[in-house]
Amino acid sequence: MKFAVVVFPGSNSDHDAHYAAQQVLGQEAEYIWHKDTSLKGADVVILPGGFAHGDYLRTGAIARFSPIMAAVKTFADAGGPVLGICNGFQVLLEAGLLPGAMLRNKSVKFVCEHVIVKVEQTDTPFTLACRPGQTLRIPIAHGEGNYYADPDVVARLEKNGQIVFRYTNAAGVPTDDSNPNGSVANIAGLCNEQRNVVGLMPHPERACELALGSADGLIVFESALKAMTQGAVAAAR
Amino acid sequence: MTIATDVLERHGLTPEEYQRIVDALMREPTQTELGIFSVMWSEHCSYKSSRVHLKTLPTTGPRVLQGPGENAGAVDIGDGLAAVFKIESHNHPSFIEPYQGAATGVGGIIRDIFTMGARPIALLNSLRFGPLEDPLVRRTFAGVVAGIAGYGNSIGIPTVGGEVAFDDSYTGNPLVNVFCLGIAAHEDIIKGVASGAGNPVYYVGAKTGRDGIHGATMASAEFDEKSAEKRPAVQVGDPFMEKLLLEACLEVMKTDALVGIQDMGAAGLTCSTCEMGSRGGAGVDIDVSLVPQRETGMTPYEIMLSESQERMLMVVKRGREAEVEEIFEKWDLHAVRVGEVTTDGRLRVRNHGEVVAEIPNRSLTDDAPLYRRPMSEPAYIQAAQQLSLASLGKPAAPAAVLMRLLASPTIASKRWVYRQYDHMVRTNTLVMPGMGAAVVRVKGTRRALAMSVDCNGRFVYLDPYAGAQLAVAEASRNVACAGATPIGATNCLNFGNPEKPEIMWQFARAVEGMGAACSALDIPITGGNVSLYNETDGRAVLPTPVLGVVGLVDDAEAVVRRAFQAEGDVVVMLGETRDELGGSEYLKVMHGLIRGVPPALDLKREAALQRVLVEGAARGAIRSAQDCSEGGLAVTLAECCVGTGLGAGVDVQSVASAAGFDDVSTLFAESASRVVVSVAPAREAELLSLAARAQVPARRIGVVTGDRVRIAIDGRTVIDEPLADVERTWATAIERCFEPANAIA
Repeated sequence: MKFAVVVFPGSNSDHDAHYAAQQVLGQEAEYIWHKDTSLKGADVVILPGGFAHGDYLRTGAIARFSPIMAAVKTFADAGGPVLGICNGFQVLLEAGLLPGAMLRNKSVKFVCEHVIVKVEQTDTPFTLACRPGQTLRIPIAHGEGNYYADPDVVARLEKNGQIVFRYTNAAGVPTDDSNPNGSVANIAGLCNEQRNVVGLMPHPERACELALGSADGLIVFESALKAMTQGAVAAAR
Repeated sequence: MTIATDVLERHGLTPEEYQRIVDALMREPTQTELGIFSVMWSEHCSYKSSRVHLKTLPTTGPRVLQGPGENAGAVDIGDGLAAVFKIESHNHPSFIEPYQGAATGVGGIIRDIFTMGARPIALLNSLRFGPLEDPLVRRTFAGVVAGIAGYGNSIGIPTVGGEVAFDDSYTGNPLVNVFCLGIAAHEDIIKGVASGAGNPVYYVGAKTGRDGIHGATMASAEFDEKSAEKRPAVQVGDPFMEKLLLEACLEVMKTDALVGIQDMGAAGLTCSTCEMGSRGGAGVDIDVSLVPQRETGMTPYEIMLSESQERMLMVVKRGREAEVEEIFEKWDLHAVRVGEVTTDGRLRVRNHGEVVAEIPNRSLTDDAPLYRRPMSEPAYIQAAQQLSLASLGKPAAPAAVLMRLLASPTIASKRWVYRQYDHMVRTNTLVMPGMGAAVVRVKGTRRALAMSVDCNGRFVYLDPYAGAQLAVAEASRNVACAGATPIGATNCLNFGNPEKPEIMWQFARAVEGMGAACSALDIPITGGNVSLYNETDGRAVLPTPVLGVVGLVDDAEAVVRRAFQAEGDVVVMLGETRDELGGSEYLKVMHGLIRGVPPALDLKREAALQRVLVEGAARGAIRSAQDCSEGGLAVTLAECCVGTGLGAGVDVQSVASAAGFDDVSTLFAESASRVVVSVAPAREAELLSLAARAQVPARRIGVVTGDRVRIAIDGRTVIDEPLADVERTWATAIERCFEPANAIA
């Protein structure tokens, strides 16, 4: 299976996503320069963390104009699995592949620490291997991760089961104390209606080995592998 | 001499130095030449007061691939790889404009590392501020931290550790020292040289503006009430531009089309051209009208002296230009040819072809003035070394003292700080910030690197020689605690005005002490930085020679953490506590005093202790290790308990002190060469015999158990606190300083 890791000039977690897919998961992974127009036959696309074009304007606001994004959109429209991590999530919001927007953290400070998120949906290609309600300890590292959407949009997300990850305490209960950035409804990550495009602020690629403090994030990549294998089996039938 | 005194003063030059310029040129300088000399001969660029002393430092060793004199030092770490690292100060700009001052400091040190052909993988910093009760200090502190975060986070290099300390002397002159480490293959290390007549000289990166003109000169003067007017001399950072430069330069370096490369830091285009020429024994001929400019009407003087950030100068092999230009185009950067290398050893600056400056490179670099400034022992030392504990009255209860010390911002958790730094990007961080030495793994190998930056300015103030030795001992001990063998160091020497004989004496004694300690512990210093004139209104900061030590762990899986790991483990104290309260955090926090003599240090014993730590870790015998420093044994034990939530009960031997101070000395003395380790019960005998063979005092003092921090002295319990209270006090002290009730002052 092949992962494509899109590289914007200011991406800085591209190496980490590539390493997780290739060295930890043992799958093929390829960097795709943002000026490219082809995803080169990848099975899964990752938009990594970073500051795509410096993000002095608004996070991800310029990245959506990068040539590669047309290919990503086509890939997503055809049902291909796309994962946006941190800045990649912000880019997906700006590109209209996911609903809502990001505000500055409620604390008005950059926050880097391990948080707990609960997996609320296990029917996306990036949560397939999770148990429903499973909690994951994964780091966040962002200054603008305060997710916002209008109340009716949030209601729709809730109704459609599009809220994939929520910040919770260790017991899996979403509380104000466990919300690190002020996100509405403790939303840490969501998917589109077709469920193949997932964005999240926490960094699963930074939590793939116990030596780094947590290996809980690996299941996100394992899910993608499982999804592709099942998909291949289904296609063969 | 025909030049006006005020012109010289504005350029920070003395009449003698001016005469020297005339002699070197054999004529009066042009205005552009005067500007060039003024920045290159500034203290910041020329090290004119410090060089004679720095030469005495040990800088060689079997692992040293690059010593002082280049953009950064480099040491061999095995597997054909090198660790490239350096520390630098950005004190003056950070006081004038905290956010940008600190941010551009980070930008500068990162450029120094990737300029050598290394990919930067870790940042640390060593920060000093005044007391946090002062709202202006809080503003500076918050601004500096935000600036470091803003730059490092964006460029994607993790800030993995460091130290922050607070003392009144830094109120008007904070210290912002930033350390960066990168990894390069030996054969990829590239230097800042210009050679090969006719090779083109390229400029790449941000456009040149009027910002930062005379920044180096500013950094070579004291502060006074007019310092705020110098704000235009502080540059503004653009981490995205630096990210582009970083990636593009590393890509260009893979092609072998470069002869040399140097960043434009202090003294900008001036420094990079003449230093590269001087190192290569060549001349450099540039035309400033070709330099990309973001303002109109800039004079050659302004272009040569600008310190605009994120700019690089490269010498490219003739015939390889297109290759290099193409890579920069990929990153949307435009490399511009601004001149070429010549054979005459001169820096020739043209403006639209007309020569506006022509100076022998060597007169700007190696032949710059060198001063052996007068020195005298400061009058304060004798008095400050006198300490009468008896005059301090009856000491407070040990438990209350422990809580006060844990809440002291110098000792308290720096979570408020490092939570703002991305410390995990690049997925190498094995030990999180705030838990002892920073440790990152080296991908593609089994190895890891431990890093620590340390200095206790109080010890250096009381005895510069001993204090600098203690800084070396502490920094290297910290990496040894992680299981790493110290293999190299970089120093950042922060002192006051060197024209004062007392300051110069502090400086010289500290360098002597640092050199002796590094020699004894076999740690070469491969480069660094000197920051003088750290004074405001005539008052100097505590002398603060910070040492950054890099240690190598052969097996990343053997890295030792600071916190206790398992209930029932045995707690062992390596080293001995003596009646040494001089310069302690106890005296400062409880009595507001910086007095006495610093703890004694036996470098042979220190070396033996560090060997035990490294071997114990390699064998897997040591489960946790924490150095005893600020706050003494009691604070160290508390620190070992936080993090994993495991308490401990220990019983230590009393230390005899002045009447009524036995317990204080036992618990809070800061004797050197001590470490608290924990071992699995089955490995206790092994560790004790390892220590005995190395003649390191070692004694079982207790066990990891329960959820309280319990300390007894000769069987008498003196501290017994719930760990939750201990942890809360320690973890929230700095945050509490920012709570609204405190913020209104």
